[in-house]
Amino acid sequence: MTATATPAAGTRPAPRRVHRRSRATRTRRTLYWIAVHSLAIALAVMFLAPLVFMLLTAVMTDRQALTSSFWPHSWHWGNFHRAFTGDMVRWTLNSVMYSVLSTAFVLASSIPVAYALARFRFRGRSAALVIVIATMMLPPQVTMVPLYIVWSRFHLTGTLWPLMLPNLFGDAFSIFLLRQFLVSIPAEYADAARVDGCGELRTMLRVVLPMARPAIAAVALFQFFYCWNDYFGPLVYANPNHWTLAVGVASFRAAHHVEWNLTMAATLLTILPVLIVFFLAQRVFVQGVTLTGVKG
Amino acid sequence: MTALTAPRAAAGTGTRARRRNRLRVLAFLSPWLVGLGLFFGYPLAATVYFSFTRYDLFTLKYVGFDNYRFLLHDSDAWRAMRNTLWLVAVMVPLRLLFGLGIALLLTQIKRGGSVLRSVFYLPYLIPPVSATVAFVFVTNPGTGPFPAIARHLGVTLPDFFNDPSWSRPGLTLMGLWAVGDLMILLLAALLDVPKSLYEAAVLDGANAWQRFRYITLPSISPVLAFCAVTGVIQTLQYFTQALVAAKVAAGQADTPGTQFAPGYPDGSTLTFPQWLYDEGFRQFNMGYACVLALLMFAVGMLFTTFLLRRFRAFASEEAR
Repeated sequence: MTATATPAAGTRPAPRRVHRRSRATRTRRTLYWIAVHSLAIALAVMFLAPLVFMLLTAVMTDRQALTSSFWPHSWHWGNFHRAFTGDMVRWTLNSVMYSVLSTAFVLASSIPVAYALARFRFRGRSAALVIVIATMMLPPQVTMVPLYIVWSRFHLTGTLWPLMLPNLFGDAFSIFLLRQFLVSIPAEYADAARVDGCGELRTMLRVVLPMARPAIAAVALFQFFYCWNDYFGPLVYANPNHWTLAVGVASFRAAHHVEWNLTMAATLLTILPVLIVFFLAQRVFVQGVTLTGVKG
Repeated sequence: MTALTAPRAAAGTGTRARRRNRLRVLAFLSPWLVGLGLFFGYPLAATVYFSFTRYDLFTLKYVGFDNYRFLLHDSDAWRAMRNTLWLVAVMVPLRLLFGLGIALLLTQIKRGGSVLRSVFYLPYLIPPVSATVAFVFVTNPGTGPFPAIARHLGVTLPDFFNDPSWSRPGLTLMGLWAVGDLMILLLAALLDVPKSLYEAAVLDGANAWQRFRYITLPSISPVLAFCAVTGVIQTLQYFTQALVAAKVAAGQADTPGTQFAPGYPDGSTLTFPQWLYDEGFRQFNMGYACVLALLMFAVGMLFTTFLLRRFRAFASEEAR
């Protein structure tokens, strides 16, 4: 602020001139309004265009999908049905199992850890928090080789279990997000419960967790989508019987001899659950995003 | 913080109470502590050990520093590193600028702003594999709608994912499409700037650029810096989009036995994590892959340390 000159009181425009200038200001404001809105709408159209083109291509005939025309000559909604058969169904079931089990595991293991980091006072607590953040930032590729060797000893490579079982031991990102929320809950509630003779576990389950529902929902959503979107993990571990949608769709085009319409239909089907959940739980999402960022 | 601590036990029973407190902390932390050892401590130590061996899952041979020496002459590894650094240097700043631009645009819109916000956030939500398949489709010169529209307008778009000099710009463009994460964080930061500051500046005669330069920018700079550092950390791990774009553009799939070699076209999309994956899980040079993993770990830790140093608030003890 210091760099902007502060005009002396005398140099301020007199009221009369302000009045005369107001019409020019108004036209300038209108022009600005038009410019801002048309730019925003143009950008929004470009952001949505790929999705619209996907949908239009998905309902074309096999032959038309090989041309560069935009509009389907005839609408073949059955393409979604054609895409969603055989392999696709199995990939979907695998994706659902991977996402649901992982989410359940993460919630069960991460909540107590986050609770301890937020409420108990002990030596090494700040160090523990730093380690949580460091492991959160750690690329999954770094520890992949030895872990793969271990899982192959247990004959679990080829399946999705090497990706699901570690979630029983806490997930750094979920611990961090939950902890950030739990710290903001006033301690008085928990103290009151303790005075009433509640043990620490009961206090957590009955008093604190119901208040932390938004954060728990956010963690569950993020974990679910992390698994649903995960490509690297299943690519390394799963054999074709255990492929998830992400791995399957990445190979879909080659396997279907460039049938772009079916590829687009299959791709849209993988997007659908994410979109539905997002529109149902938009608030939870945005809250979670801002919880993990820094402020000020 | 004092308000949040467990009540101190009465003096006299101090030792017993302290031991009970320690047991309770251990019990709550136990899943994470075990996991830290199993899935972080052990693998990290094992990675160091394997990096001195030649190991293909069947035979293990100690080879000293051979793997490290090989890294110096591995032109693919250096190419992968250069490609990754290219993405860090180009994609991270462009995404930041674009995200900030859209967030600023949204602050200027009163009605319909929330709908537009959802539209700009939407592409980020799409699973990366699906988004990549879609993006390669709409930009492919044969049947893609975008090149077709451009042709109508008399412009020829580059063949993004089949031309080695355009594949990384193509990936960058896709990163700009999925800018929603930065847009939401920056929008929240912009809306947090006190309105009174702007009002005072207007009274002082500051123009729009001055208001942005001397009020907006300083107020949101912590969030900007946070986004920049986490952006670098994420981009160092850039894997999925590059591999899937290459696969879809090349029209090749994984069939057991003949897996897809990353980097199409002409090694231009080969990023460092992909090279690690290729060495470890396609060619089964586990020992050498561990050297690459350690290098990745070192660089990642460098930026994470910087993040923790620069943003004390991020890991602060206090509630925010």
